[in-house]
Amino acid sequence: MSVGPKLALVVLVIFLVAGCGKQIDPNQPAGFIQIKGSDTIVNAVQKISEEFMKDYPYVFVAVTGGGSGVGIASLINKTCDVASASRQMKPKEIQIANQRGVFPKEFVVAYDGIAVIVNKDNPINKLTIGDLHKIYTGRATNWKEFGGKDLSIVTLSREVSSGTHMYFKEEVIQLGQKKSTEEFSAQTLLLTSSQAIVEEVVSNEAAIGYLGMGYVSERIKALLVAKDEQFYPPDVQNVIKKTYPLSRPLYFYTNGEPRDATKLFIDFALGPKGQQQFEETGFVPIGATIAQKNQ
Amino acid sequence: MHRRISEFIIESLIKFSGLLVIILVFLLFLFLLKDSLSLFGIYPLGKFLFGTHWLPISEPPKFGVIPLFLGSLYVTVGAIIICVPVGIASAMFIAEVAPKSLKHVLKSLVEILASIPSVVLGFIGIIWLGPVLRNLLGLNTGMCGLTGSLLLAFMALPTIISISEDAIVGVPRTYKEAAFGLGATRWQTLWRIILPSASSGIIAGVMLGIGRVIGETMVAMMVTGNSPVIPKSILQPLRTLTATIAGEMGEAVSGSEHYFALFAVGLVLFVIAFIINFIADAFLRRARK
Repeated sequence: MSVGPKLALVVLVIFLVAGCGKQIDPNQPAGFIQIKGSDTIVNAVQKISEEFMKDYPYVFVAVTGGGSGVGIASLINKTCDVASASRQMKPKEIQIANQRGVFPKEFVVAYDGIAVIVNKDNPINKLTIGDLHKIYTGRATNWKEFGGKDLSIVTLSREVSSGTHMYFKEEVIQLGQKKSTEEFSAQTLLLTSSQAIVEEVVSNEAAIGYLGMGYVSERIKALLVAKDEQFYPPDVQNVIKKTYPLSRPLYFYTNGEPRDATKLFIDFALGPKGQQQFEETGFVPIGATIAQKNQ
Repeated sequence: MHRRISEFIIESLIKFSGLLVIILVFLLFLFLLKDSLSLFGIYPLGKFLFGTHWLPISEPPKFGVIPLFLGSLYVTVGAIIICVPVGIASAMFIAEVAPKSLKHVLKSLVEILASIPSVVLGFIGIIWLGPVLRNLLGLNTGMCGLTGSLLLAFMALPTIISISEDAIVGVPRTYKEAAFGLGATRWQTLWRIILPSASSGIIAGVMLGIGRVIGETMVAMMVTGNSPVIPKSILQPLRTLTATIAGEMGEAVSGSEHYFALFAVGLVLFVIAFIINFIADAFLRRARK
C-alpha cells in the first residue's frame, strides 16, 4: 500500500468515528418532517425550518415547493407531513382526503398580499381590480388603454398548481363570484415559479405579473391597486388593515392533530421565532389574537 | 462440462435481459393505457382528442388535447427545420472535409454538447435567448415557440451529428474511389455519391433526434410560456404535451379526473414517440442491408 490510499483510509476511519460521536440524545425529540407546497412561502418555510433545526438538532426538516396544489395533493396521498398552502383546501379536496383516511387540520400561519408587478420602465403606477380583470381576461390588450405606452400587454401567471393562481382567478378573473365561468385568457403565459415571473417582468417592458408580496424587490415595480376608488400599495400595513384588496391568509395543513416532531414544528412556526422569519421574508405575521385562536 | 454450464448460465442471463426490456416496455404501455382508459369512462374520448380547450382546474374541467398537440408539433417542426440541415452539414464536414486533428476536437465537442443538462439550457433560454429574440424580432415576449425550437434543436444536434457521421464514414471506400476515378470533384462525390448511400443512416439519426425533441420536457416548460392556446405562429407562447404533464402532475390528486387526463396525454406522447422510433428503425434496417 502506497501513501495515498493509506491516507485516504485513515481519513475515512476518522470520518466514520466522528460520525459515531453524534449519537441521538434520547431525551431530545427526533424525527423527520417532510413539508411540501406553496411556492409563495417556500423561502419563508425554508428559513423557519433552518431556525427550527438549530433548536431541535435531531429533527430533520425537508422543504419543497411546487405550488399549493402539490402540497395538498401530497397531503392527501400521504407523502408529506405538513402541506403549506396559499389557499384554503377546496371542499372537494377535503372530501377526497376523508375518503382516504386523511383528516386535514388547518393552521393560519401568516398573511400575504398579492402584488401586481410591472417593469420599472412602464409608466403605469396603479390599476383597479376591474382593470386587472380586463387585462387578464384578454378584454384589454394594449397598455395605451390605461394611459401607458403603445405596447401589447403580456400577461404572466403561475401554473395551475399554484394557490396564488387560484386566488387570483377567484378574485380578479371571476371577481369573487362563485358561479362565474370566466377564465384566464388563453394567451396568458403560465410560468412555473414566482422567480420566473420576476425574471420576465425585469426583462420585458410590456409584461404584467402577480406574485406574493415576499417576492417584491428593487428590480420590479409593484402597482397600487384599488377595489373601488382608493388605491393602496401592497405593504404590511395595508394587508393588516385589509385595505389592500388582494390579500389572503397562508396556511399549513396536517393530517389530523399534529403529533411529536410535527407538533413542535407547527408550534415553532406559530411562535415568535417562526413569525419573525415570516416577517423578515416579506409576509405579515399573524396577530396575537389569531395565534391564540389557533391553539 | 463445466464450461458448458457456465455458457448456459451466461446465455440465459443475456436472454433474460433482452426479454426484460421488452416486457418492461409492454408493461409501461399497459400501465399508461389502463390509467388513460379510466379517463374515458368519465370524460368522452372525442372531447379529449378533438377538444380545443385545456382547462384542467375549471368547473367543469376541459381536457382538449389539441392545443397541447399543436404546441408540441410547432416546437418540434421548428426544431427540425433548424437542426436537420445544420446537423447533416456538420456530420459531412466532420466525416469528410475536416483535417484529422480538427476532426477529433470537433467530435469531442459534439459529445460535450450532448452532456449539457437540459435545465441549464432552459436557464440560458430564460435569461439570455428569450430577451435577445424578443428585441431582435420585435416580439411581445421572448417566451415563445421559437425559443423552445432553437434550444431543442441544439439538444438534438449531437444525436443527429454522431449517427449521421457514423453513416457517412460507413460508406464503402470503393464508392469514393470509383467516383474520383471517373473524375468527380470532392463536392460531387460527397453530394451525389456518399450522401445518398448514407441516407438511411442519416434519416435514422434525424428520427432519433426528433424523438429527443418531442420528448424533452424541462426546456419546453421553462421557455415556451406554457399558454394552452391554439398557436397561430411559432413566435407565440404555446404549451407542449410534455410540459403539461410535468407542470400539472404534482398537484393532480391520484385517482382524479385530472390525473387520468395527464396519463392520457402521456399515452398520446408514447404513441407519437413509438411511431417515430418505428420509422427510424425501419430506415436503420434498410441501411444495414
